[in-house]
Amino acid sequence: MGSVTSPAPLEIERTESAEEVFAVPEPDVPWVTIVHNDPVNLMSYVTYVFQSYFGYTKDKATKLMLDVHHKGRAVVSSGSREEMERDVQAMHGYGLWATLQQDRK
Amino acid sequence: MPGHFEPLPGGGAAVALDDVEISIIRSLTVQLLELIGPGPAEDASADPLAELFAEGPSEPPADPVLRRLFPDAYGDPEANPGPKEAEEQRAHSAEFRRYTENDLRAGKRENALAVIRTLDALTSAAGDSGAVLKLSPAESRQWLSALNDLRLAIGSRLEISDEDDTDLLYRLPDEDPRKPMVMAYLWLGGLQETLVSTLMP
Repeated sequence: MGSVTSPAPLEIERTESAEEVFAVPEPDVPWVTIVHNDPVNLMSYVTYVFQSYFGYTKDKATKLMLDVHHKGRAVVSSGSREEMERDVQAMHGYGLWATLQQDRK
Repeated sequence: MPGHFEPLPGGGAAVALDDVEISIIRSLTVQLLELIGPGPAEDASADPLAELFAEGPSEPPADPVLRRLFPDAYGDPEANPGPKEAEEQRAHSAEFRRYTENDLRAGKRENALAVIRTLDALTSAAGDSGAVLKLSPAESRQWLSALNDLRLAIGSRLEISDEDDTDLLYRLPDEDPRKPMVMAYLWLGGLQETLVSTLMP
């Protein structure tokens, strides 16, 4: 008889963990701007954009550009959602492929 | 040096262009301007006040070039979100688009118009034999963005989606119908590469 009742609590537990996956992210978790690789944008141009828009040093801008190129993406800035929307809009203005998301790591 | 920008003493950049090169850049830029257009929301009304408050579109453009120039701001291209998360990202991207796409279109139009303006000043001054185009630092930055938009547009039309595609383009046979566009794409890349080097901080 014990085996008949056991599925019920298991099912409830599964529902709870499924809800956790869709939980609203904490509002104080920072947002990030991600630049994605594309084969058209020149490496020198991407470095130039990181230097002139974000004011990064040549070394930092070059490292981020290489991350985009080799890893397919790089986090280029972080902050509030509003700040990241501003950065993404600026990247789109330069023709870079950028998105923003909440940093869940 | 033909096809290469060089820095000018005191800032700015210069490049020698012949008539064919001038007309290629001009015609591609005009095509880009026509494609970018005023944006879907602005032609709804001739009232300048209404235009001031007009919202941009919320849907991604149907044209692949425009989708590349104005991509979605939310959504991880490598992730596989659940239906609820995907819907949330679509809604956020739509809202972002409403408030930014018209401004982005206007910015790209201004850069393209600066290219046409500087080329037209050049051709009317120099007659028929080509000339040396001289750009101020501000004009150089507008040219840089416009050259990038042109290459994104051509790259999108040529369906360049990874580095291997670029390698293939170098080896296209002469009779391939894409060849002239590929030549223009590579040549514009050289112009952009040398222009960016004159602007490096």
